[in-house]
Amino acid sequence: MKFEPVLLARVGRDRSQAIDTYVADGGYEALRKVLTGGWTPEAVTEEVKKSGLRGRGGAGFPTGVKWSFVPKDTKGKPVYLLCNADESEPGTFKDRLLMEDDPHQMIEGQIISAYAVKCRNSYVYIRGEFFHAARVIQRAIDEAYQEGFLGENILGSGFSHDITVHRGAGAYICGEETGLIESLEGKRGQPRIKPPFPAVVGVFGAPTIVNNVETLCCVTHVMKRGADWFAKIGRNEKNTGPKLYCLSGHVNRPGVYEAPMGLPMKDFLFGDDYGRGMKDGRKVKAVIPGGASAPMLTAEEIEDCPLDFDGLIAKKSMLGSAAIIVMNEDTCIVDAARNLAKFFSHESCGQCTPCREGTPWLHRVLDRIEEGEGRAEDIDLLEKISNQMANGMTICVFADAAIAPVLSSIGKFRDEYRHHVEHKQCLVGPRAVVETTA
Amino acid sequence: MTSLRYAVTSAGRRMEFPPEALERIEKILPRYPTKQAALLPVLWVAQETWGWISKEAAEEVARILELPPAHVTGVLTFYTMYNLEPVGRHLLQFCTSISCHLAGAGQLVDHCRKRLGIDLGGTTPDGKFTMVEVECIAGCDRAPSMMVNDGYHEPMDAAKLDALLKRLP
Ligand SMILES: Cc1cc2nc3c(=O)[nH]c(=O)nc-3n(C[C@H](O)[C@H](O)[C@H](O)COP(=O)(O)O)c2cc1C
Ligand code: SF4
Ligand code: FES
Repeated sequence: MKFEPVLLARVGRDRSQAIDTYVADGGYEALRKVLTGGWTPEAVTEEVKKSGLRGRGGAGFPTGVKWSFVPKDTKGKPVYLLCNADESEPGTFKDRLLMEDDPHQMIEGQIISAYAVKCRNSYVYIRGEFFHAARVIQRAIDEAYQEGFLGENILGSGFSHDITVHRGAGAYICGEETGLIESLEGKRGQPRIKPPFPAVVGVFGAPTIVNNVETLCCVTHVMKRGADWFAKIGRNEKNTGPKLYCLSGHVNRPGVYEAPMGLPMKDFLFGDDYGRGMKDGRKVKAVIPGGASAPMLTAEEIEDCPLDFDGLIAKKSMLGSAAIIVMNEDTCIVDAARNLAKFFSHESCGQCTPCREGTPWLHRVLDRIEEGEGRAEDIDLLEKISNQMANGMTICVFADAAIAPVLSSIGKFRDEYRHHVEHKQCLVGPRAVVETTA
Repeated sequence: MTSLRYAVTSAGRRMEFPPEALERIEKILPRYPTKQAALLPVLWVAQETWGWISKEAAEEVARILELPPAHVTGVLTFYTMYNLEPVGRHLLQFCTSISCHLAGAGQLVDHCRKRLGIDLGGTTPDGKFTMVEVECIAGCDRAPSMMVNDGYHEPMDAAKLDALLKRLP
């Protein structure tokens, strides 16, 4: 049986952003059911737990379980729900599509989730570059107010809720949930030391739940069609539901695709419904399966790799934001690692010395290797710097993300690094050496 | 982190928001439990009003939100999208992160450099174009991706860029 898209079902349709088409397609039925059908917040949380839904923002934490961490007694403090629409992980572009093309799907999920965690005011923290998506979301929120899905006493249920769109201003680290919280408070987006976790002490000193755009969209469907239906989609009970995958790099058909959790990577890259194989018939050299922070995989490793949380953990990588970046055989792996290192060096928030000093150092060493000025000891040096940045030396896991491309590329393509150092040029040909980005 | 470039204009002169901007700020404040939380949105209003955020504009924001000016400066310089000096009419933002890099973003940037005779961070003498490099802007399937002011132009290539530069007023 062919998989029917769930999250992308309405994407690309005429006026898919408008509330009338959304309602005509069964939109806000889930909200109505929850608010007027006798569902308690606890029952909604239980249903989401039962669905097996795991967060789509990167860490894959079970959503219902996270919600249940909000203390029963909040000591008079309000609870906040923050939609993480910061989408900045290189290779990731699914949330942009969800927001630009079907904003009500997310808003409905956000209202339901807010009800489940007893939140009166929620925010959409959207990256500053998403000017268009922010306008689409704001227009959709305005419509939802007009139709009585937001505001006071929604659908006569006694539940009231307001959503505010809050625009970021260019900083990758604000995607990290405590960086996001700091940023929303009007500060530099520098992550906090945990514990306390946001569910206990988050934004404005109050219990806070942070959920990704796609996670909230999934909540809409869990409540519309039931946890059992959701849990049946996917590879096993730990990896459930429909999933969006972002495909970019040297493939014939890059784009956002929806598939059941656990689709084999091979089918994804080569299947007719997805990537349709490598551009110009080149061979795969390496695949980054979960955005810039995920360790690279070799062509061999993708042979038998399900695209889900546990499938990628088994390969010592991660699903992350499900950004699959494909590099062909002509790609210089050192050059790719240098590009990723430049990103992390630019985006470190600067709080922790190993990260602040380590990320530009990695970039400098990779740069000189790529430019043919590498020294024999540089490969060991990269590993040494990386190891000093890893494993809890820092406030957030950004530093661990920053070393992932370096260590995985050295581990899997050491010959290419050696060739660079010994011959002062690329193994894949001198062309890539001249290719520089400032 | 962004660089600490911060252009100083005529010090001491107070910048006042026009009435439309003040109205927008009035609507922003009640959405947050603290005044400080309105800082990013109010800085956006400042940038949309003046095109960039001068020291005086930042001081005015600090005054309105009852924040120490140093806090506002610290926040301003942390985020890359606030312009700390005037930029050209068209801010050309080239993504050079991994997927765009694999699709030739580097060559595209070089092409633009030559075309405009400026470097990254530079502005053409007629004040028309400013050219900057940005990290992934979530257009990786249409690489290389770029933005001009608040709109996407993707996928981009040298010929399309030439046409675009010609077309922009
Ligand atoms: C450096 C860093 C960047 C992150 N960026 C994002 C992001 O852009 N969007 C997102 O949803 N989650 C991002 N996350 C994950 C968030 O911290 C958080 O786990 C997530 O928003 C929780 O939502 P979920 O449970 O629905 O996945 C990032 C994490 C780290 C460490
Ligand atoms: S690890 Fe890096 S990004 Fe994270 S808090 Fe420390 S310095 Fe900031
Ligand atoms: S890598 Fe350029 S838009 Fe994502």
